[in-house]
Amino acid sequence: MPDNPYSNGGKMEKSVVSVCQRYANDRTRLLDILLDIQHELKGITPAAMEVVAQRTGITRVEVEGVVSFYAFLSSEIKGERMIRVCDDIIDRQKGGREIAQIFAQELGVAVGGNSADGRFSLEYTPFLGMSDQAPSVMINDTIFTALTREKARRICSRLREGAEPADLVERYGDGNNAHLLIRSEVTNNIRHAGEVLLNTLDANAGLIRSLGSQPQAILDELDKAGLAGRGGAGFPTGRKWRVAADTRADRSYIICNADEGEPGTFKDRVLLTERADLMIAGMTVAAYSVNSTAGIIYLRAEYAYLRPWLKSVLQHRREQGLLGRAILGREGFDFDIRIQMGAGAYICGEESALISSCEGLRGEPKNRPPFPVEAGYLGYPTIVDNVETFCCAARIMELGSAWFGSIGTGRSTGTKLFSVSGDCTYPGVYELPFGTSVQQLLKQVDAPDAAALLVGGPSGQMINMSQFERRLCLEDLPTGGSVMVFSKRRNLLEIVDQYLQFFIDESCGYCTPCRVGNVFLKKRIEKVRKGLCELEDMDYLKELGRTIAMTSRCGLGHTSPNLVLSTMQNFPLVYAVLLKEHGDGLQASFDIQSALEESRRLAKRRSMIYDPNYDEA
Amino acid sequence: MKKRIATVSLAGCFGCHMSLLDIDERLLDLLQQVEFDRTPLNDLKRFTRHCDIGLVEGGCCNEENVYTLQEFRRNCDVLIAVGQCAVMGGLPVMRNAIMHSEDPLRECLETAYLNSDKIYNPSNRIPSDEALPLLLDKVYTLADVVKVDYQIPGCPPSGETLWNILEALLAGRPVELTYEQLRYD
Amino acid sequence: MSDSFKFEIDGVEVLARRGQSIMQAADEAGIYIPRLCDVEGLEPQGSCRVCVVKQNGRVVSACTQPVIEGSIVENESEEILGYRRDLVRMLYHEGNHLCPICEASGRCELQAMGYRLGITQATKYPYLQPVRPVDASHPDIVLDTNRCILCGRCIRASRDIDKKHVFEYVGRGIRKRVGVNGYNLADTDIALSDRAIDLATCPVGCIIQKGRGFFAPIGERQFDKRPITLGILPVKERSEQ
Repeated sequence: MPDNPYSNGGKMEKSVVSVCQRYANDRTRLLDILLDIQHELKGITPAAMEVVAQRTGITRVEVEGVVSFYAFLSSEIKGERMIRVCDDIIDRQKGGREIAQIFAQELGVAVGGNSADGRFSLEYTPFLGMSDQAPSVMINDTIFTALTREKARRICSRLREGAEPADLVERYGDGNNAHLLIRSEVTNNIRHAGEVLLNTLDANAGLIRSLGSQPQAILDELDKAGLAGRGGAGFPTGRKWRVAADTRADRSYIICNADEGEPGTFKDRVLLTERADLMIAGMTVAAYSVNSTAGIIYLRAEYAYLRPWLKSVLQHRREQGLLGRAILGREGFDFDIRIQMGAGAYICGEESALISSCEGLRGEPKNRPPFPVEAGYLGYPTIVDNVETFCCAARIMELGSAWFGSIGTGRSTGTKLFSVSGDCTYPGVYELPFGTSVQQLLKQVDAPDAAALLVGGPSGQMINMSQFERRLCLEDLPTGGSVMVFSKRRNLLEIVDQYLQFFIDESCGYCTPCRVGNVFLKKRIEKVRKGLCELEDMDYLKELGRTIAMTSRCGLGHTSPNLVLSTMQNFPLVYAVLLKEHGDGLQASFDIQSALEESRRLAKRRSMIYDPNYDEA
Repeated sequence: MKKRIATVSLAGCFGCHMSLLDIDERLLDLLQQVEFDRTPLNDLKRFTRHCDIGLVEGGCCNEENVYTLQEFRRNCDVLIAVGQCAVMGGLPVMRNAIMHSEDPLRECLETAYLNSDKIYNPSNRIPSDEALPLLLDKVYTLADVVKVDYQIPGCPPSGETLWNILEALLAGRPVELTYEQLRYD
Repeated sequence: MSDSFKFEIDGVEVLARRGQSIMQAADEAGIYIPRLCDVEGLEPQGSCRVCVVKQNGRVVSACTQPVIEGSIVENESEEILGYRRDLVRMLYHEGNHLCPICEASGRCELQAMGYRLGITQATKYPYLQPVRPVDASHPDIVLDTNRCILCGRCIRASRDIDKKHVFEYVGRGIRKRVGVNGYNLADTDIALSDRAIDLATCPVGCIIQKGRGFFAPIGERQFDKRPITLGILPVKERSEQ
């Protein structure tokens, strides 16, 4: 018999029981319970899962289902220090993989493993949200940016000495990054402040004005302003809130989606750091307009360093009467917010997956209808909006729909925050009116070598130089904020290949086309890169991409083939130079020599058919 | 002019060939229309001329299978994978289930010839005569190795199915199988 | 009855009641929409996507999508059939489906869907050939997840009907699989009498009852003579019965 995996170490059991009690053994708080156990015990063993299951009244395999879903939870015990190296393409291009090797060598730990003494664990993580200061690394909850080899070595040597990661920060970033509760070396890199969000403003003016009007008037104002969701899909915010307001239910919820996971997007990081009050004011306006009493900020695990700060902002607002009971003295308007930490899952940026996650479930999207605004969190009407959307809503309520509507284009009103990274002189956050052309943006970021632009992250479009006249707005090139610049020396197919791996890793696996189809897409792209494909393989990629996009259940699968399809369309030569017509009917991908290698070794002889010098052996 | 047909069984059991014989008296009809080139049915071991149709049974588990298949591809206009082994590896492909072990081929051979208690092998050696073709690292389907024009699933496809398909091909008609004629087992 | 209304499937007018899914309304009308993860008696899940149809031009899963009054639904168009073939092939290539040696052959819904959709042409997708351990620990039941298509029917049956929740999805993406509530199947409270183990629950040969393989002779198995419709008969055949 193997060791009984359920043998309960007394100490473990005590800690797990106490964590469960912290959340009143509430099954819907399972993600919080598991995150706390992960934090305290460095892993959630089958034995610990069993205890959680007993306490929360579910089965062990349900707990395992949740643990195994999230990248930041593990069923094995990890080291005291978890080092996560960002493996996004931008970080890679800035040397992220070399940095990972330094951590591996200096700490004696393989990527994906623990060090021999069990103190350190090293992993790649798909995206930390620091593309403007890559390469970046996260050690426990502390972020390190702009790593050089020397800096990585210095960090390693202090880690070996037993230093706390937070004590290794060498200099603090600008603005609130230097605040006592953040103390991070992350910098904001605000390169252009527009008039809506990043200029000097009064965070609560919109909220105060809102409370002076009827909820209905707020919805009308948002409609008139033409505010569209800032996460990328661009759904009209006013319409969303109105459905929630019109749905009859005992209660409703306001959720702020701060799970900024689209590679290349980091503008919410800046808003959470510098405009937390405005964002919460926007959530409070939403609560007032739909008569909601509870809200959640869903904060991605990678931004855990902002959690103490956000908690203090919430607390401060409670003390000021801007949150909690009878907000601004208005009897009957009670609204409070809790922070829900994510646990490393891109898919949780999808609103219904985010709700599943808040409910302590696997972060899988839900079937729609019903839509979250009708039946969302715990079955109640729920508004889920992006950080930037709530900020905009608060500003509209302050300065009016006419002011907001005068900025931007017809369908895309207001300004938009763009996170620009890659091959440019000034990566960072730019607040520009919707409708700004790619050309204008490239001029500002100083990217004279730009040859390709990935707009909207890997789920968006890769455009070529002839398309730089296009405009960044819902009518033309929509983006949740991600703009990545690539110069001529970048290998576009490597980017495509890597992001297909990203989608494979981040697919929840719920539906067939996304779970399986993306694997097939990647396998064929690998063949293309090796020069083993013919023209007909282009049809294969197009058809497969279409099936995935058309039949997938949620946005992840709807958009995962975009990068393949848009590069095929906009950069046909990149593919064409690698395609060969063989004409002999043999599969170029089949390599008889490597297929025989093992057999030669075992039989200790050569091939009579495929080794030309067989007799000389 | 009569169409030329070649057939071969690679890593298969000859079941598909037996099925071809199951078309019974229609074999005579077939011989009116075609001439068999290389096939185990007439024991011709080499192609004598270029062929119109090649029927290949079985997948590829050793180098000789690969060599023969490549020869078929070069010598046949239309190449048809016949039966489950040719289409997706069939029973031999079960050995791929250990291909993620450290040393899969060794593990496979040792299980087959040394370690199983069902084996009587007094010499306690793994056969390795020079005359034996080298095994591939894993079992490959026909489509892994060459381009395949059609595939006929089934283990084996029935005589009716094979006849139906051959007849249509020879007449230049599209193939239409009845519900009972399409089988994966 | 203001609660019922009309819509169209492939040009045929169908009556539906408010709140019904496209699938429910089609079933009642005797129009078969192919499906794998959906089965009568369990909550629809919408994961296999084989039941995709076009409703007013949008591709949706028929098992989870409510019927829209007056809508036009495409069920058997070339485009939709193409998607379904791709999806069934994906499932077939994701796992190890060796029909000739599988106990479920002849009553397997995946296989039958392949027959129904006429999947014969040259293989276009690669075979992923997973290597997952087979759990034969239980005295009556074998679990071979190499044949699993992640339809979740066993999960829902065990959770909602047996009230045991023995099965659950674990992992994500292509590594997603069905886990059991214990060290292995013998370590759970699963029983042969559970709905989760019923032959009609697992559509493939992943959950196998020991000693019950190959019980019907070839030629007399469930799908040997008739295409899969799961008892949903075309209107014409119904009236003949």
